[in-house]
Amino acid sequence: MSAKTLKIYLIARFLQYIFVVFLGLTLVFFIPRLLPQDPIRAIIGQFQQHGAGLDAKTVETMVTTFQELFGLSGSLLTQYTSFWKRILTLDFGPSFFQFPTPVSQLIWRFLPWTLGLMLTSTIAAWLLGNVIGGIAGYFSQKRWAKLLDTLATVIRPMPHYVFGLILLILFAYLWKIFPLGGGASIGKNPSLTIASFLDILRHSFLPVLTMVILNGVAWYHQMRLLVQNVKNEDFVHHAKFGGVHTWRLVSQYVIRNAMLPQVTGLALSIGQIYSAAIIVEIVFSYPGVGTLLFEAISRADYNLIMGIAAISIFMVSTLVLIVDLCYPLLDPRIRYR
Amino acid sequence: MGILRELFQDYRFALGFTFLSALVILAFLSFFSPYDPVEWLQVPRDMPPSWPHILGTNSKGQDVFWEATFAIRNSLIIAFIAALLSRIIATIVGLLAGYKGGVTDQILMFFTDGILVLPLVMMLILVASIMKGQLSLIGLGILLAFFGWPWDARTIRSQVLSLREQIFTQTAILSGKSVLSLVFGEYMPHITPLLLSTVLSNMTWSISSEITLAILGLSKLETPTLGTMLYWALRRQALLLGYWWWIMTPIILTLVLLVGLYFISVSLCEYMDPRSRLQRATME
Amino acid sequence: MNLLLRLENLKAGYLLRSPNGCKIIPAVDEVNLDVLNNEIYGVAGESGSGKSTLLKAMFVTAVEPPLRIFGGKVYYYPQGQEVNIFALPEPEKKKLSWQYISYIPQGSMSVFNPTRRIKTTFLDFFRSHTERGEKELLETTREHIRALGLNPGVLDAYPHQLSGGMKQRLAIALATLLKPRVILADEPTTALDVVAQKAVIQLLKEAQKESQNTIVLVTHDMGVHANITAKMAIMYAGKIVEEGPTEDIFKESLHPYTKYLIESLPRIGDKRAREGVPGNPPSFLNLPPGCAFHPRCPYALELCKKETPPLVRVSAERKVACWLKSGG
Repeated sequence: MSAKTLKIYLIARFLQYIFVVFLGLTLVFFIPRLLPQDPIRAIIGQFQQHGAGLDAKTVETMVTTFQELFGLSGSLLTQYTSFWKRILTLDFGPSFFQFPTPVSQLIWRFLPWTLGLMLTSTIAAWLLGNVIGGIAGYFSQKRWAKLLDTLATVIRPMPHYVFGLILLILFAYLWKIFPLGGGASIGKNPSLTIASFLDILRHSFLPVLTMVILNGVAWYHQMRLLVQNVKNEDFVHHAKFGGVHTWRLVSQYVIRNAMLPQVTGLALSIGQIYSAAIIVEIVFSYPGVGTLLFEAISRADYNLIMGIAAISIFMVSTLVLIVDLCYPLLDPRIRYR
Repeated sequence: MGILRELFQDYRFALGFTFLSALVILAFLSFFSPYDPVEWLQVPRDMPPSWPHILGTNSKGQDVFWEATFAIRNSLIIAFIAALLSRIIATIVGLLAGYKGGVTDQILMFFTDGILVLPLVMMLILVASIMKGQLSLIGLGILLAFFGWPWDARTIRSQVLSLREQIFTQTAILSGKSVLSLVFGEYMPHITPLLLSTVLSNMTWSISSEITLAILGLSKLETPTLGTMLYWALRRQALLLGYWWWIMTPIILTLVLLVGLYFISVSLCEYMDPRSRLQRATME
Repeated sequence: MNLLLRLENLKAGYLLRSPNGCKIIPAVDEVNLDVLNNEIYGVAGESGSGKSTLLKAMFVTAVEPPLRIFGGKVYYYPQGQEVNIFALPEPEKKKLSWQYISYIPQGSMSVFNPTRRIKTTFLDFFRSHTERGEKELLETTREHIRALGLNPGVLDAYPHQLSGGMKQRLAIALATLLKPRVILADEPTTALDVVAQKAVIQLLKEAQKESQNTIVLVTHDMGVHANITAKMAIMYAGKIVEEGPTEDIFKESLHPYTKYLIESLPRIGDKRAREGVPGNPPSFLNLPPGCAFHPRCPYALELCKKETPPLVRVSAERKVACWLKSGG
């Protein structure tokens, strides 16, 4: 009885996952080809800008070389198939500004930092935001709850970059508590020692704080809204009538039920969290994919940009799938039919 | 008019409205600017605020105050275009999916969810890095619109779904009302408030995205917008050199604009919430 | 001690706040009521007569904004002592609730936490009143369920797996868990099919017989009243207009409104067209002057339009609020 519905749910999610990855990567393939700008001309143009005088013949050779490198030679179909072949072998070609280091190698080096940042701040933000939002939502008439509300409303619309910048100015510039950027102190290689760990912690604090605060207020607001609704449900009233202890009421009856849409919300927001992480990394020069992307953009390292885009899509979709798969664990209505 | 008066009793709406009006006035002032927004070296560089340059000047030799008026104007235009276009797309998709249901709905939602899951900044950066520096205000607006519609399409779709279940829909269909007149005539009044609040949140998102793109150096950097002002200030190390007026102006203006928009949208949302409407109706 | 519950001039209603000001919607208007031990007491009336509000006002922890008490007193009699529940401190109130008096709300389908098994809700209610261990409480609960004729396996299910009728019966089981002296039931049979209705009524009857306590049953369904209540009160526009033994009221009702209510019931063998009460119940915001029923009453006198008739005793067990019966 229960296995069947669960199976259907899992299969549907998985199919959607495959589709999304497919769609995303196809977009990565097509967008450059659909735009009026010819990326190769743009890059050559940049070379010429930097003073290299090139004659027609050299330009021709460069164009063909680039076409090869970017997989832009041959018919559209051949390009598409070779694109997928390269994706599946994780071969994105060599990076431009770090020639000849392959793009994938670069990404692997920077990716763990981003993942670390994302995972810690997402979990912290989700938990804190939901719990505080739940409690504030239940006791919504108290003065502290109203104050918290106003604070959250002011913080909510701030762009990640601006907020990160403000924190940087305040705590690394004006009051020199935290370092100005980077993942670890210059010259030190992260190792498995306590000192190294603390050093990383010090560098990560502000980026994580930025993410946790900004994402946290979004969860806070959502949870508050949900709790307002759940608070007035019959079963909550009834439990109150029966004299169930307030703490049990808030945690088991109100928050537990309000939490369910938040889990779906988590899945949908992973894409945004990733985008936010990238931006925050740029502000703090945190050695993650964001900073790598920034470098790639400023040097028009096309291969690198494509590689990052492809990996991002894949990673985000996988994370979403994982979260989606956890949902049945929390909602018995899906588990048992 | 009674509605406005009631709205103003909410301090958030009053504050947001004041902020927004102040900024719109500033944007209008840009038409009277004595300086050209794009030209460099029009005034002495790097001067702190004093008369007649009430917000000082920047390293490019521009008056910060008048640059700001253009910046606000352009940011608002971009946000407006993006919000308008994405409303149209979102409404069409939402209405179709919600009303038709079945296969149409599934297909549309598959696409919508697909776009939703993708990391937007990634896609924006991808497009912008290729169009580097070529995106006009309108182009940027269109780009943002393209990525801004999925979320609200979902919201509209849920609203349409619940409207469809209501009895008045059946009645209308049975009495021979055409689908178009049903959807636009009967449903619209319910959807319009939704559209209004999403317009504001969409504008907020567009402004933030524009800033992000500009800071990364991906938009047309000569056109003054809130984002490009920040870009130049950061690029020229305004912070380290101590030219606080240059970097603080766009930051503060951005904050005021975003908080203002958000406050208005939050108070509007609460006002339109059916439960509070019920309460107000009982009061009369 | 025979008296379990006493209402004295109880006035209750709803207070709505908005930026434009406050609005008071009265629902219970100067109600006096005595509830004795070992009986099933019915309260009848149309929708909007104030019955549900009356019930809530009687239940010590159910009074929360926007519901407010505007006047009067409610007394409980735990261990024979008279206690004014409005004067009680919070912890005392919590102790009395569910142990002395319990409540079955309208729409009991949604009374259980959707994300927890049924047994958890039962345990939660238990836990706030005793110190016993979980295993012991679980056993007691199972016994209780079994004694009521329900399958104890039901405790391990989630609410959405059970039918509406089953959930209603479980709500009754929940209300009788701590063996309270008074059980307040608000429309326990509405929204159920006839078969489930019968099961619920059966359950209520047996539960009451078993523990010899009192049930206050609110429903607009006169058939249910005829079935199980021993004494009943008829409510109209927030006031009690008639009170007495059920059988007597059905045999010969005194208030014109009661007559209409009873006449509207179908009877075996009686093929005449059923006649309901003409007109609509009045809105609490706009009550007619004098007797609230006079616009719909076929016997209305001039006096009825001007002065509100008080509830007076016309015989040993019967009370009525009507100028026709009580002189004037």
